[in-house]
Amino acid sequence: MIETKTLTCVACPKGCEVTVEYEGDEIIDIKGNACPQGQDYAKEEIVAPTRILPTTIRVKNGALPLCPVKTTKQIPLENMFEAMQIIGKKEIEAPVKMGEVLIENIMNTGADIVATRDMPEEI
Amino acid sequence: MLNLKKDLVVIGGGPAGLAAAKKAYDEGIEDVMILERDFELGGILPQCIHNGFGLHYFKEELTGPEYAQRFINDVKERNIEIKLDTMVLDVTKDRKVYAMNKKEGFLEIEAGAVVLAMGCRERTSGAIGIPGTRPAGVITAGTAQRYTNIEGFVPGDEVVILGSGDIGLIMARRMKLEGADVKAVCELLPYTGGLTRNVVQCLEDYDIPLMLNHTVTAIKGEGRLEAVEISEVDENLKPIPATAKTIKADTLLLSVGLIPENELSKKADVVLDDRTGGPIVNEGRETNIEGIFACGNVLHVHDLVDWVTEESQIAGAHAAKYIKNSFAKTNKCVDVKAGENVSYVIPQKIELEAGDRKKIPLYMRVSTPLTAVDINLYADGEKLYSFSEPFAKPGEMISVPLAQKTLDDLDNLNEIKVEIIEKEGE
Amino acid sequence: MSKKYDVIIIGAGISGCAVAWKLARYNLDILLLEKEADVATGTTKANTAIMHAGYNADPDKLKGRLNVKGNEEIREVSKKLNIPYKEIGSLVVGLEGDDLSVIDELYQKGLKNKVKNMEIVDRDWLFEHEPNISRDAVKALWAPTAGVITPWEAALAMAQNAVANGVEVKLQTAVEDVLTEEGKVVGVKTNQGDFAADYVVNSAGLYADEIAKMVGIEKINITPRKGEYYIYDHAKDFAVNHVVFPIPTPISKGIVVTPTVENNLLIGPTSENVESKTDLATTKEGLKEVYEGAKKLYPDLDLRDTIRVFAGLRAADDTEDFVIEAAENVKGFVNVAGIQSPGLASSTAIAGYTADILRDEGLTLSEKKNYIETREEPVRFYEMTNKERAKMVDQNKEYGQIICRCETVSYKEILDAINSPVGARTVNAVKRRTRAGAGRCQAGFCGPRVVDILAQELGIDPTEVKQEEGNSQILEYKIKQLLGSRVMGNA
Ligand SMILES: Cc1cc2nc3c(=O)[nH]c(=O)nc-3n(C[C@H](O)[C@H](O)[C@H](O)COP(=O)(O)OP(=O)(O)OC[C@H]3O[C@@H](n4cnc5c(N)ncnc54)[C@H](O)[C@@H]3O)c2cc1C
Ligand SMILES: Cc1cc2nc3c(=O)[nH]c(=O)nc-3n(C[C@H](O)[C@H](O)[C@H](O)COP(=O)(O)OP(=O)(O)OC[C@H]3O[C@@H](n4cnc5c(N)ncnc54)[C@H](O)[C@@H]3O)c2cc1C
Ligand code: SF4
Repeated sequence: MIETKTLTCVACPKGCEVTVEYEGDEIIDIKGNACPQGQDYAKEEIVAPTRILPTTIRVKNGALPLCPVKTTKQIPLENMFEAMQIIGKKEIEAPVKMGEVLIENIMNTGADIVATRDMPEEI
Repeated sequence: MLNLKKDLVVIGGGPAGLAAAKKAYDEGIEDVMILERDFELGGILPQCIHNGFGLHYFKEELTGPEYAQRFINDVKERNIEIKLDTMVLDVTKDRKVYAMNKKEGFLEIEAGAVVLAMGCRERTSGAIGIPGTRPAGVITAGTAQRYTNIEGFVPGDEVVILGSGDIGLIMARRMKLEGADVKAVCELLPYTGGLTRNVVQCLEDYDIPLMLNHTVTAIKGEGRLEAVEISEVDENLKPIPATAKTIKADTLLLSVGLIPENELSKKADVVLDDRTGGPIVNEGRETNIEGIFACGNVLHVHDLVDWVTEESQIAGAHAAKYIKNSFAKTNKCVDVKAGENVSYVIPQKIELEAGDRKKIPLYMRVSTPLTAVDINLYADGEKLYSFSEPFAKPGEMISVPLAQKTLDDLDNLNEIKVEIIEKEGE
Repeated sequence: MSKKYDVIIIGAGISGCAVAWKLARYNLDILLLEKEADVATGTTKANTAIMHAGYNADPDKLKGRLNVKGNEEIREVSKKLNIPYKEIGSLVVGLEGDDLSVIDELYQKGLKNKVKNMEIVDRDWLFEHEPNISRDAVKALWAPTAGVITPWEAALAMAQNAVANGVEVKLQTAVEDVLTEEGKVVGVKTNQGDFAADYVVNSAGLYADEIAKMVGIEKINITPRKGEYYIYDHAKDFAVNHVVFPIPTPISKGIVVTPTVENNLLIGPTSENVESKTDLATTKEGLKEVYEGAKKLYPDLDLRDTIRVFAGLRAADDTEDFVIEAAENVKGFVNVAGIQSPGLASSTAIAGYTADILRDEGLTLSEKKNYIETREEPVRFYEMTNKERAKMVDQNKEYGQIICRCETVSYKEILDAINSPVGARTVNAVKRRTRAGAGRCQAGFCGPRVVDILAQELGIDPTEVKQEEGNSQILEYKIKQLLGSRVMGNA
């Protein structure tokens, strides 16, 4: 059966309303996107939605008790809560630099968990 | 008391202050000082750990801390003087800045020019007067964000959010991911106040109900919040008593609006615009007080930091010009007016000499959401040109450039007006 | 049981604190007990804060007699104890269509109560001195001796002065029974143990009837009567120069519009009997009544810049008068009950009257030699000029860090609030002492910082820091603590 679905593209803040025509996992037509990113987004959204996961990780001896982190690429939405638990169990040691890899290849998604800011040691 | 003299004093070290300072420095003003009351630079960004920043400016998607870090690094490279943990208490119209910190005590700084970049604050429950008790557990979404992302606490585990501004939406997801049960996001209006992408990736992704046309009508609980009563509202936004229902909750987050933080501006006699809550400025972001500029959320509330950066560069560049005495006003001022369905336009006036008119973007917001719109510009009542957009929402700022032709013609004009209306023939 | 006290005072509202302050000048061992974590968390924290001139209260009632005396005394007491007090005067404004004869009646009543310097003023006077008042104003009763005070600061100042003079204050100590032997008071039973005393003063506010019942007094019956309010940011640009009342009705003084000592605009209260002594909820109807009432006097007033709504409960006895008397059935027990408005305005007089009763009951009141009359003025940064601030910071750099930006409260002030006698233990207690969190952002900015300082100074975890009473923790969990704690549906 051919279905249509209207999605709001979240690839950028413009938030285009993208209409997708699809049958099962097969995409037939994509309309409404103002740029090619919207096409990729819509395709993925139908097949298996993925997102960047931004969260925090506990820091020992840091200027702050937490360091913000993110996945280096999008991971499947269904993995979010398990990923949160894995990150939640870990505590890192200051100092860290923005971009430093703190957890590699989380849940075999191919995404690393990296620091999104410098976190100096406690003074 | 320490007496200092600086070419440029920037009040607030958020993205606005950082970009303005950097720009002024790059334009040749090296004697720049940033005063920031927090213990670090970055403004609100260090607590906005989510992604969604920088797509316009850096053409890549960053988190708040990453966006801030880039500017912090830039500013540090430039040898700009930074005073942290320093609260500005007073600014006078002759540009004396009074501030205080623990290390140096009281500071009096004579400034060649001042950039106001104090950001905004959140509206509180008191401001909207929800009936009921006053228990612990009712806090603004931004404060909850600080607790969760900086201080390391989750305020509670049964959460209702009032207001669908971006902070509310972001915090709905954030608290859900940290293990709280987020029961609903209530929005008084028939549409959300935040970006659509945040509705999708913060609420829909996690099955958090968005209840449009609903509001919190009572707060219950004596020590800690125990429950909230929510009700549907009618077309006049009045709660319908028969629809009231009680939701058990220990935390109510409020995301009911941001207010530009202009208490300091008022002390310097800066005139504010009722609609934006921020100063009235010209295209260089100069306020009515000579040599005092404003940019970022203190000027008007921005949804995207990229526009904050753009605007702050304008302010920084003009502050530099002012300090170098190369800043000249025409003796005539063109008013920029908000027409039909436009809640405000920035700048409110154009009054600098033509030499400065390479590019003047107009920032604006619509009053009510529309799909398929025409953005029409008028000069002294005559239509200049229009742009079409697929939609326009109050939550999303629109930037429209003034065409070169108009810029060239400005000296013969009195007023420019923008309206945003439904596209003709649709 | 404990050492034996001469006097135990139950309840640290303005009444209990005033009695403690008054008795502290005599050679007595005194214990002030309060069930909550701070003084002044009952009726004393939520009221209109007016030092009434005294024309309203019935001359035949105790209220009428004590009000004028209290009003006169406060001038000196507020100076000695450094209590913020402003004698701004009050107006009872008659509008067109009102029963204006009430103004003359109040004037006459005021004369009987010996209220000084009252005048009846006309509309021109009103328009000059109250530029925003309704154009329908016809005339008013002007009582220049009325003023506004910070009620919790008044109670705190009295408690602190009492402590300086040797009074013990125990917070979080709830009286559960009054102990008697052979028709005579011997002490009280509390959740923190028993305390022995020869005299017990019952100033338990809304609960004074329940305390009285503990010694078999049945005649006191307290009905909670709610009053609701809006409070505005002091940046609100709207001049109100006096305490402004409408023409009163037989049951209420009506909706008042007044500046507070700190220049916030306050409007309210309503007046409605409620079931529960803990019902401090504001209501839609109540708030509407407040707003509409205020609009009658000030038609240009809107709700922009309101920062908070709140409600207080008057402790109304069936007699509608103060009940200050020694018990007939038990020796050594004195009631200070039914202290509704003007309880605040009368507080020092209530304390004097109570001391006289205690003396008549046999308590010896001999004056202390080293009695300390004053209380040191707390540093209030928000009141200072920049020059004065600069001087303070030069003396102590801890004043250099501002914690509350709206009300300009420094780190040092918060430390002092926590570490001084009768120190703050809760976020609201810090707020009452320093104004941190009382401003337009309502602790959005300073809240996390105050929680942090309290935790550090008290040596507790931030998750244990409370807003006020009971289970009012601000933060329930540490980050990551909830992860995996509930069965979560997949996204
Ligand atoms: C929760 C949230 C989510 C957001 N999400 C996004 C997003 O996804 N994408 C995006 O592009 N944008 C987003 N934004 C918008 C963007 O982050 C803001 O518009 C931007 O941070 C505003 O910058 P600013 O410098 O004007 O203000 P701020 O960042 O608020 O900085 C103002 C600074 O001034 C300081 N200050 C104020 N008063 C004084 C004083 N008296 N003395 C000294 N210092 C003072 C403050 O401490 C603060 O550091 C978001 C904003 C919020 C609040
Ligand atoms: C709406 C409103 C407006 C008012 N306006 C004014 C005004 O403008 N001017 C004026 O003069 N007066 C006014 N009043 C009256 C004034 O506020 C009160 O008279 C005064 O605060 C009463 O103080 P109190 O100490 O008697 O009672 P409270 O402040 O209630 O103190 C009683 C204390 O006893 C404690 N307690 C109770 N039971 C126990 C126990 N078992 N063990 C230990 N402690 C216990 C309570 O916790 C409380 O702290 C107003 C009152 C209200 C409600
Ligand atoms: S389609 Fe392109 S322009 Fe439109 S929202 Fe997606 S990424 Fe942005």
